[in-house]
Amino acid sequence: MVKPTSEPPERPTTGSRRSRALLGPVATVFATVETGSWRTVRPEVDFSACSQCGVCRTHCPTAVLEIVEDQAECVVIAWENCKGCGICANVCPKGCITMVEEGNRDAH
Amino acid sequence: MPTRRVLDGNGAAAEALRLARVRVIAAYPVTPQSPIVERLSSYAADGTLKAKYMRVESEHTAMSCVIGAQLTGVRAGTATSSVGLALMHEVLGVTSGCRVPVVMPVVNRALVSPWSLWCDHQDSMAERDSGWLQFYVENAQEALDTVLMAYRIAEDSQVLTPAMVCLDGFFVSHSPQLVVVPDQEAVDEFLPEYVPANLYLNPKDRLFINGLVPPEDFSEMRYQQKLGFERALEIIPQVQRAFGQKFGRQYEMVETYRSEDADVVLVTLGSMSGTAKHVVNKLRVQDPRVGVVKLGVFRPFPVAELRKALKGKRVVGVLDRSAGLGADGGPLWLEVDSALSGTQTRVVGYVAGLGGRDITETTVGAVFEELLQIRDGARSRPAKPWIDTRDDAMELRKVGESE
Amino acid sequence: MRLETDTLVSHGVSTCAGCGLELAVRHILEVLGDNTVIVIPPGCAALFSGFGEETALRIPGIQGNLENSAAIAAGIRAGFEVQGREGITVLALAGDGATVDIGLQALSGVFERGDRVLYVCYDNEAYMNTGIQGSGSTPLGARTTTTPGGKDRPRKDMVAIAAAHRIPYVASASVGYIKDLRKKVKKAQEAAGPSYIHIHTPCPTGWFYDPARTIEVARLAVQTGVWPLYEIEDGRRRITVSVSRLRPVAEYLRLQGRFDHLDEGNIEEIQGQVTASYQSLLRECEQ
Repeated sequence: MVKPTSEPPERPTTGSRRSRALLGPVATVFATVETGSWRTVRPEVDFSACSQCGVCRTHCPTAVLEIVEDQAECVVIAWENCKGCGICANVCPKGCITMVEEGNRDAH
Repeated sequence: MPTRRVLDGNGAAAEALRLARVRVIAAYPVTPQSPIVERLSSYAADGTLKAKYMRVESEHTAMSCVIGAQLTGVRAGTATSSVGLALMHEVLGVTSGCRVPVVMPVVNRALVSPWSLWCDHQDSMAERDSGWLQFYVENAQEALDTVLMAYRIAEDSQVLTPAMVCLDGFFVSHSPQLVVVPDQEAVDEFLPEYVPANLYLNPKDRLFINGLVPPEDFSEMRYQQKLGFERALEIIPQVQRAFGQKFGRQYEMVETYRSEDADVVLVTLGSMSGTAKHVVNKLRVQDPRVGVVKLGVFRPFPVAELRKALKGKRVVGVLDRSAGLGADGGPLWLEVDSALSGTQTRVVGYVAGLGGRDITETTVGAVFEELLQIRDGARSRPAKPWIDTRDDAMELRKVGESE
Repeated sequence: MRLETDTLVSHGVSTCAGCGLELAVRHILEVLGDNTVIVIPPGCAALFSGFGEETALRIPGIQGNLENSAAIAAGIRAGFEVQGREGITVLALAGDGATVDIGLQALSGVFERGDRVLYVCYDNEAYMNTGIQGSGSTPLGARTTTTPGGKDRPRKDMVAIAAAHRIPYVASASVGYIKDLRKKVKKAQEAAGPSYIHIHTPCPTGWFYDPARTIEVARLAVQTGVWPLYEIEDGRRRITVSVSRLRPVAEYLRLQGRFDHLDEGNIEEIQGQVTASYQSLLRECEQ
């Protein structure tokens, strides 16, 4: 909470040529909310059953699933943004994704 | 070389937008502004003006299109009146809040209801908190000149505030006068090509404009606009001087007419000023101490200049052309009275000329008569502030006459 | 794992878990590319516009008012046109409320004038961002906070309204059929005039179903004929995802809490309307 001051802010100076302050409502910073903190369940992939079809990746609203072909852990999830919605588990044609209780976060 | 043409206020305003090289026009017809957009449409069609004319389906859309277009980096224009301006209301705040320096002629016409086609200042007065600059012009020449100056003022990088140029419906908009139209080359020197100085839409330099702003920043963003208005008070006289030097016609934020030695002055807005000046000329035969002070700018309200012009005056009358319902007086009177608070000057408010009623010599004469009586102690207050309103107001639509 | 840092949409947006709109936005912008300017009104999509100095998008854009996305977009297009700046996609992304209700006038104007704007309506069938109030797109029978007994009127057919303006490209789409959606976005981008896509974006929060089932719900809408997928190119209608035999509408309705007050009679009524509409669409496609 900003404390109200009794004086109005100082008149802004024109500033240097290279940096300038834009006037009015404008967003200039590309930001990411830590939506991973929302989830209460998380997707667990049975890698041995995964056919790397990519259906999970196509339907993930947050696009946090990556298919990595040349490794055992063929589905990689960006945990900082996975909301635990469960769509990946629901659409997987092999049924190889299960939603499990979000465990102790410190372990990740 | 400038040309001399017979143009009414609408024609003059349209010429100004043409000279300002507006590239996108999005406009909707509304009496008495329609000739402006017809003329611009015709210029766009025949190539006189290299512009795209968007035949929009409402004024709300007109202002929305103008904002979108101007944010890509070109001057975009529109014009409106009365209910059209009222319909734009929601979007006017976007133009001003996003600091898009649009210039828009507003042909003053009464707001509804009652329905009226004719001159009244309520439409633009209702927008006095919209964050737009507001200029009021006396005649067609002023309309043209003020639109050109308004671009330079609005686009100043520390003003960045859109501007309305208000001209009286029919009395100015439809009254043909001899107007000096500057040539394009001279205007190009006075008004260089538009370069967006602040926010813009460009895939090569991306900004997201007009998202939600938290309480922590809102006041400061409004304050930026307030500073823009303060800067306008500095910039307007500079631009007026530059215009005078280039085109030979000198304007002022507060124009005094024979008021230096007056002790009774009438403050006016718009075309009534001409009538007031004429009445003053006649009155001065008997009483030399009357004058007129005409406000050319209402937003920002030029407090310091007005106080200077009215310094030492004993009685100042203010003639409002909008009702100011619910307030102690009309909106112009409220601000003049406030500007003169702490002085010895008595500020007296009148309302006249609503809904197209002409402000005649008789009306202005009657106002001065009362102001002089107040000065001389023969009267303490107006007999009737709504000086041109008949006494049978409550009998207007009687039905069922009794036997 | 490091996420791609050059995506046009942030991976952390405050849309609900399982949000159909979020999925749609990612695919739409991936197809359109970064030479795009977006107009977003208040509503769920405004979560992508951002808050304060932050935005979730890597393309330029503006948040307009609720009813003027189409108008602002048309102005942007006009501005680029007069400067000879070609190749930029001007996209309006608005919800059903902002489109079929308050935004209908501005959109109709854009269609009639032929302004080259790609207008995408994401339809979650209510004013979701303000708390699930009914809109002109809320379907018959659906419960919202302003249709507490279930809506007693059918929804507006916005695809038909768009098509009636004779614009080059109109399509319905669904997040349940991503390939179809992406193809349509590409076609809309390339249309020589205004284009319109109406996307079904199921909303777990407002429709009351488990967020995991967003795609399942979307697909059922198509498979039951509730949300047929078709496009209209220069007046010619074509079904783009065929359904050989429509599944009973009850299968779709049953999945969603917003329909749980419906009795047999209500469901029959809905089934009748869906069947009739679908048959009528098939007939129009044959012509």
